Amino acid sequence: MSEPAEFWRQAMAQGMGKTAFLVALGGELLKFDKGIGRLRLPYSEKLVGNPETGVVHGGVITAMLDQACGMAIGSALDTPMGMATLDLRIDYMKPATPREDILIESECLKVTREIAFARARAYQTSIDEPIAIATGTFMLMRFAAAEAR
Amino acid sequence: MALLNAGGKSDPNAILRTVPYCAWLGLAARAEGDALILDMPFDPKLIGNPILPALHGGVVGSLLETAAIVQTIWETGSAKLPKPVDITIDYLRSGKAVESHARAWLARQGRRVVSARAEMWQEDPAKPVASFRGHFLLG
Repeated sequence: MSEPAEFWRQAMAQGMGKTAFLVALGGELLKFDKGIGRLRLPYSEKLVGNPETGVVHGGVITAMLDQACGMAIGSALDTPMGMATLDLRIDYMKPATPREDILIESECLKVTREIAFARARAYQTSIDEPIAIATGTFMLMRFAAAEAR
Repeated sequence: MALLNAGGKSDPNAILRTVPYCAWLGLAARAEGDALILDMPFDPKLIGNPILPALHGGVVGSLLETAAIVQTIWETGSAKLPKPVDITIDYLRSGKAVESHARAWLARQGRRVVSARAEMWQEDPAKPVASFRGHFLLG
C-alpha cells in the first residue's frame, strides 16, 4: 500500500472516529484497517429502549451498525470520499444483555466507482451469537461533488 | 412497572418520556387527525456527516423505528413494547440540520407479528428523507 493511501486512511479514521453521534452514544473505534472496522459501545442508561428490562433501543444498534459499515468502507478507500447510506437492512437476532459492552465487527464487501457494499455484526460475548446483523449499501461522493446530493 | 395501559389507548408522550433513549433524542408525539406524528428537534449531537452537514443514518433509523413502535402500541393497545425482528431503511435524501418528523402505519397486524411502514421528512412532507419497513413481535 502506498504511503499517501495510508495517510488518507489515518485521516479518515480520525475524522470518522469523531463523528458527533458516535461520540454522543459513547462509542469508540477499535480498528480501522483496509476494509475491516471494529467498534465498542459501553452500556449507558441513556441508551435504554425498554426501561423494564434495561435492554438498549434498537435504534442504538442501528446507529452502531450503520457507523461500522461506513467505517469498513472508509478504511477500504485509497482516497478520502464522502459517504451516504442508501439502504440498511438489519436483523435483530436477540436482545442485547443489559450492562454489558456491545461490540461491532464490520467488513467492506465491494467498492465500485459510485457505490460500496458492507455488512456488520453486533455481539457481546461471542461473534457467533450476534445480537444483530446488518447489510448496507452506501453512495460514495468525491468531495467536490458532495454538495450535489 | 406499569409502562403502558393495558387495553385502552396509552399516552404516546408518556411512553416517549419513560424510554430513556427516546427522551435523550427529545422525541415528542402529536396527533394530526387520525395520524400520530413524532417530532425530533435538531441537536448538534445528531450529526453523522459534518461536511454536508447531515443527520447520522442511525438517528434517522432511530426516529423511524420509534414511530413504528409507538404506532403499533397506539393501534394494538399492546401492554408491552413491541420487539423489532427486522428492519429496512431506504435513505432518500440526506437529513438536514433541522427538526425532523415521522409517521408510521401498520401494513398488517397479526396476532403475534406486526408489519409496519414509516416515513421521515423535514421541511416538506412531499420530500421524504427516508422510508422504513419492519416486523415487530407483539409483547
